[in-house]
Amino acid sequence: MNVLSPQDLPNSYIGRSIPRPNLDRLTQGRGLYVSDLVLPRMAHVAFLRSPHAHAEIVRIDTTAAATMPGVIRVLTAADLAAVCTPWVGVLAHLKGLKSAPQYPMAVDRVRWQGEPVVAVVAASRAEAEDAAERIEIDFNELPAVVDAAAALEPGSPVIHAALGDNLAFERNLHAGDVDAAMAGSDHVIEQDFTFARHTGVTLEARAIVADWNSAEQRMTVHLGTQAPHMMQNIIALHLGLEEQQVRILCQDVGGSFGIKVHVYCDDMAIAAIARILARPVKYVADRLESFVADIHARDHVVKARIGVTDDGTIKAFEIDDLTGIGPYSVYPRTSAVEANQVVNLVGGPYAVANYRARARVVFQNKAVMSQYRGVGHPIATSVTEGLVDLAAARIGMDPAEIRRRNLVRDDAYPATSAAGLRFEALSHHTSLNKLLTMMDYDALRAEQRDLRSRGIHRGIGLASFIEITNPGPAFYGVGGARISAQDGAAVKLDASGAVTLQSSLTEQGQGNTAVLAQIVATAMGVDIARVRVIVGDTDNTPYGGGTWASRGAGIGGEAAWQAGRALRGNVLTLAGTILQATPDSLDIRAGSVVDAATGTERITLRELARIAYFRPDTLPRDFQSELMATRHYVPRDYPFAFTNGVQASYLEVDTDTGFIRLLRHWVVEDCGTILNPMLVDEQIRGGVVQGLGAALFEHCQYDAQGQMINANMADYLVPMAGEMPDIDVAHVVSPTLESALGAKGAGEAGTAGAAACVMNALNDALAPFGAVMTAIPFTPERVLQALARANE
Amino acid sequence: MNITLTVNGARVDADVLPRTHLVDFLREHLALTGSHLGCEHGVCGACTIRLDGQIVRGCLVLAVQADGGVVETIEGLSDTGEIADLQQAFIARNALQCGYCTPGMLIAAQDLLRHGGVPTREAIREHLSGNYCRCTGYQAIIDAVEATAKARAA
Repeated sequence: MNVLSPQDLPNSYIGRSIPRPNLDRLTQGRGLYVSDLVLPRMAHVAFLRSPHAHAEIVRIDTTAAATMPGVIRVLTAADLAAVCTPWVGVLAHLKGLKSAPQYPMAVDRVRWQGEPVVAVVAASRAEAEDAAERIEIDFNELPAVVDAAAALEPGSPVIHAALGDNLAFERNLHAGDVDAAMAGSDHVIEQDFTFARHTGVTLEARAIVADWNSAEQRMTVHLGTQAPHMMQNIIALHLGLEEQQVRILCQDVGGSFGIKVHVYCDDMAIAAIARILARPVKYVADRLESFVADIHARDHVVKARIGVTDDGTIKAFEIDDLTGIGPYSVYPRTSAVEANQVVNLVGGPYAVANYRARARVVFQNKAVMSQYRGVGHPIATSVTEGLVDLAAARIGMDPAEIRRRNLVRDDAYPATSAAGLRFEALSHHTSLNKLLTMMDYDALRAEQRDLRSRGIHRGIGLASFIEITNPGPAFYGVGGARISAQDGAAVKLDASGAVTLQSSLTEQGQGNTAVLAQIVATAMGVDIARVRVIVGDTDNTPYGGGTWASRGAGIGGEAAWQAGRALRGNVLTLAGTILQATPDSLDIRAGSVVDAATGTERITLRELARIAYFRPDTLPRDFQSELMATRHYVPRDYPFAFTNGVQASYLEVDTDTGFIRLLRHWVVEDCGTILNPMLVDEQIRGGVVQGLGAALFEHCQYDAQGQMINANMADYLVPMAGEMPDIDVAHVVSPTLESALGAKGAGEAGTAGAAACVMNALNDALAPFGAVMTAIPFTPERVLQALARANE
Repeated sequence: MNITLTVNGARVDADVLPRTHLVDFLREHLALTGSHLGCEHGVCGACTIRLDGQIVRGCLVLAVQADGGVVETIEGLSDTGEIADLQQAFIARNALQCGYCTPGMLIAAQDLLRHGGVPTREAIREHLSGNYCRCTGYQAIIDAVEATAKARAA
């Protein structure tokens, strides 16, 4: 039976790999990033940042700096206190989470290397930096709390005396009976897993231009951000303004990945300085600053256990996660969400009822840590999948087989995990089977055996995972944060019959604006070239959350679909009035209203718009056309739309040098309805490579004094083209039934499982040596150390 | 210091501070903001431009070093149409996401393609390893460059 859904209309762009229509600008160097922006009377800011991880500020002398050429003003925390109130990064639903008030610049004490202390405003950035070098600060250095475990020891210095200790948050969960399940297991395997700190390295660093217009009493902020309305609220709140006095503008953004969804001291300071100086003020982080002032990610040590029987049945999981978040919980999303996610997600793909978890989140004198692409997923997936492979190795079972025996059955949905997560429909087994076929698993195993006999050490690693997408208010709203879970779309038919969409989503390269255009063109029945999309402007878009947590397509996209369908209905009502036909007998195809049964053109949208806007006198007196429709959407049935997937890595280890060469990577992923296959695949690939970076290279290295010792692009390694493998991507499609489109998120799935399958592949390669590696990144040095340990 | 150079085919006379980097000169003095700053220490390749026919990092060359030279930026290479096919290949293959690395990536890729022939994927990957991309994972970029090389060779 061939059933046509609304998505199968003529002009259907959904499910097609349409190239993004707005890329000429970016390929020709004609984008407009905040770093490119120049405004009349614009001043530039350089920050003097703390060189110490922990110190009292004894004296600041800015007199020499203030007289340097081009200097407009030199400001400290005391200067900003009059216009900007502090903030505290807690959420009510993360019970017990505590943090300290945080200010735009350090007050009396610095708590991480890189914390801003003084701001110099000058006519140029170079002059501001020259002057900053002339500032004298006397610090009284204090013992730094660097190691997360040491931060909890009795006698450790306390970073915020008022908080009593360095424990920011603790969560405990126990489902089933873990002790009995472990006792009933034939094998209990324990393993520690370590996840180094890394960071986003967005190629465009964070950038802001804030402009206080004292005549209009309005603050306009050009900001590379994922969440304009959140930032509007926060800047208004802390600068004592009404929200409608603040406009956030965000056009091109040079990468985000979660880095640009948080509130930074720098941004609040710039807004405050603009308010004080009543002129545009610009700040762009330089790369050296980014490494110590952007949020960092991960920094977890997880003690983990799995119980398994000889027949391969997994009986229980248990974890104890310790994560260090720097000296503050980041505002307003907090720094406890990742650990909370780890607790939620471990064991998630498996039908295992017995699960115990503890997560502790501690303060330390390092850069702040918070949500970065994949939030918690890479940790949970690596721990879970690492344990599963260790269990398989112990009982001598193939890694694919132990997964087959324990993954939640594809016909078992809806299902609830041991941690209480509710799954609408997942496809672990179909996905795994597809992956094994795609990679020709058995042939690869044969090749591996053959090469091993010739001294070539290759490994195959698998990682199944679940991913949180399309979050409703359960993430932030219920905790009291004014971060919208819903998104809005306003679709307008203009006087020439073209369509404009205003959306509360933002674009950082994912292709949101392209997908929104596809959705609206499809919903309306017009050529995609006739759809213009406007995002990133709080004055001119509906209110909404923005782009984070894999929510753009599933939530903002659905709002656009609903708005497009509503406008289509309005257009057909108008057409019916003009044509004296029932709206049901009409359709819109290729930009014209047609007779639905025959496809015969009745009136073009251009002509229809002309009548509506310029000759309403020809319409019945009691009829008013409405050629703009607005819809908002938020999922209601499930707090999150879970997706699932499975990844595989094939790699070779040079046991003489410790170098790991990635040979191939495979992904099968289920994000529900695929709106644009090419864009989804490229989100997956990009996400995988960020996960591979964490697995092999990326590491914010700190010394015992809390100094980041590789805070530059030469010493902090990121994946390069020459080191990355080709990545094969395929899909299983289990749409969510909550929405008309059925789309779930895809932006973080790649990152969720990449490091886990590399770890499993590495350990598979090292198996003949008896070496097991569970601390990322897997550097050549660590590989050699592991081989040496195994040799002893 | 006074310098005279050719930028995208037009003569430019300017008075610059000796410490001004070429990329800052292009962006701030000439408003050619297509050349981007990613690290300002010669690693990421976002500021890749062409100086006297060779690709250089605009953050490692001083403006005064370009005195008397011929500079080509992404704006110029777009206007002449020299890389129109490569740009279209990038768009068709979604070989850019945020687009910040893209101007430098295109200029570096064109540097390889100008040598003619169809380089292997490994050779393309190697040649572009001085240009960081944080969004794509590189595969689409390699595909686009390979497709352009094949089309030009055909």
